[in-house]
Amino acid sequence: MTIGATVAPAGATRRAVPAHGSRRTYAAYALVTPAAALMVIMLLGPLAGVIALSFSDYQLGAPHFSWIGLANYQDLFADKVFWTALRNTLTYVVIVVPGAVIAGLAIALLIQSGTSLRSLYRTIYFLPVMATLIAMAVVWEFMLHPQFGLVNGLLRGAGLPAFAWLQDRSTALYALCAIGIWQAVGFNMVLFLAGLVSIPKQLYEAAEIDGASSGWARFRLVTWPMLGPVTTFVVVISGIRSFQVFDTVHVLTKGGPSKSTEVLIHTMYTEGFEFFRSGYAAAITVVFLVFVLALTLIKSRLADRGVHYT
Amino acid sequence: MAQIELSAIRKSFDGNDVLKGIDFRIADGEFISLVGPSGCGKSTLLRIIAGLEPQNSGEVHIDGRPVDGIRPSARNLAMVFQSYALYPHLSTFDNIAVPLRMRRLSAIERLPLLGALLPGRRAKERHIRADIEGIAEQLDIAPLLRRKPGQLSGGQRQRVAVGRAMVREPLAFLFDEPLSNLDAKLRVHMRAELAELHRRLKATFVYVTHDQAEAMTMSSRIAVMMGGELIQAGTPAEIYHEPGDIRVAEFIGSPKINVLPGRIRKDGGVDVPGTALKLTCNAAAGDCRIGVRPERIELGTGPFSGTVIHLENLGAEAFVHLAVEGTGSRLIARLADVRHLPAMASSVAFGFAPDAVRLFDPAGKRIELRLEQAERIREPAHV
Repeated sequence: MTIGATVAPAGATRRAVPAHGSRRTYAAYALVTPAAALMVIMLLGPLAGVIALSFSDYQLGAPHFSWIGLANYQDLFADKVFWTALRNTLTYVVIVVPGAVIAGLAIALLIQSGTSLRSLYRTIYFLPVMATLIAMAVVWEFMLHPQFGLVNGLLRGAGLPAFAWLQDRSTALYALCAIGIWQAVGFNMVLFLAGLVSIPKQLYEAAEIDGASSGWARFRLVTWPMLGPVTTFVVVISGIRSFQVFDTVHVLTKGGPSKSTEVLIHTMYTEGFEFFRSGYAAAITVVFLVFVLALTLIKSRLADRGVHYT
Repeated sequence: MAQIELSAIRKSFDGNDVLKGIDFRIADGEFISLVGPSGCGKSTLLRIIAGLEPQNSGEVHIDGRPVDGIRPSARNLAMVFQSYALYPHLSTFDNIAVPLRMRRLSAIERLPLLGALLPGRRAKERHIRADIEGIAEQLDIAPLLRRKPGQLSGGQRQRVAVGRAMVREPLAFLFDEPLSNLDAKLRVHMRAELAELHRRLKATFVYVTHDQAEAMTMSSRIAVMMGGELIQAGTPAEIYHEPGDIRVAEFIGSPKINVLPGRIRKDGGVDVPGTALKLTCNAAAGDCRIGVRPERIELGTGPFSGTVIHLENLGAEAFVHLAVEGTGSRLIARLADVRHLPAMASSVAFGFAPDAVRLFDPAGKRIELRLEQAERIREPAHV
């Protein structure tokens, strides 16, 4: 009796500990479930679906499909249009990212150093970000019209030759780049302004006392290094958004003339929703995702070292 | 090394007068502390000397040369900021190198890649390296040269900031509350180091602080500022023992000077309510204020009595807070001998020597006293 009495509680406690621990584990899993479920449904599931789709010959609305392995990718890499689209997309990114970043920084610096009308300038430069790009694209179409457009009107007024901007193979992509920069500058400017505000004023004073008498010297010594984290972020965001260029292309050129403005997402759209080759479009999407993922990885690497100082 | 002369400096921000006409001369090699409560304009004055802030009127001369309108970088002054203002992306070495590179390298030589290819850049960099290593040796920061400011402690950052100021051998050093971000122990240590640095460099130091202890312990002269005016300048001993204004007397010294209400009689004698003091002055009859430093209050004997309301025993010394009977005012006495402390709530007799008294008129200006005559005049009263 006495033995049993002493043993029983000991056994109970031994069992109680893991029971208590697993209850906590269940609670933890239960709490994580909503977020995890949302992530799977909204992000990982569709991603897996797209990757799976890219290995099939599924066509939108078709009752059957079969697995065809890497055939979509083989077709893709053999397709001249894909390579044109990729080259155009990369050209677009290479022009728009530096253009939008440098212009955004320059405007932010000008606004920051100004004394009056700051909020007016901020609003003006931010307008393109708030406006619907499709609507703005239509406005640009008028502006770039070969005969009646404002741009050509100005050029003629200045005695310069006019161009058929969007109808000419040699200028169409660059005209789209200009619109892309115009659209992205305001967003970058706002980010840079926020970065500029957070630079301690005393650093500029220290730089001034240390002999950095020119604005350029102070920019090199204080502003540029202190903006490092913001700049990395702005470059990556601009890069990802430029990779995603679609609306202006779709509204203004539809990839033409003769594929000179064909870009990745536009190819994907045409294949997927005009020719209903969903499997093939999924393969293009996967290629696109690889680029975006690479950019994101570069950003997180850069953000970890180099630009954060404390 | 330089002398700095300020004449009639005025400054206002948005209609608020921050500086109301400051005239001051800082001699070559002096350690001057500008001390005062926050908002008295001392930092603004320092920034005007540095050129970071333009004055509304008045002139600044450095070494006899007017520097108004001259950029801070061209004034050849060094400044140590309260936040140290080290460049967070640069190593300690590069932080200290900034003033040297700015001065010795041309704009093209400073360019990141191209600059390194230019002839002469190597030799200049070698000199810079030698100078910095010398400074690092002096300040004991040689092992820290490769670290970034984020990896340094407060005291180490402080030293790097001082190194960056020293390396260019400026005409004068300006310090803007450089110790206020450090913990109490380190502050006392850095106080000694800065004073030692001043003795070694023999340079002109202008040191802004709100901490009267820093001003008292380091400087050769203290300038006390209040409400945009410089109200007294003198050696620490002068400022402490002969304050010209009750605000100076109250600001300098910890614990604060005791102030008792008093009256000046028609014959020039001075009364604390109920008791005549053994001294006279030339001022007109009326109210006055009597200042006595805590260490000059003698407990145990004297014409006054008070109740002990609080005791602070610091080990080496003790402060006894008394409520003075009859007047309702409170005062603090400093006891050097902590072994014989009065009991709480007990009544204690106290007094002070006539030469301990500093008399101020109702506006706060100092009234001169005559002690010897005081004895003579008081005698008939005893008879």
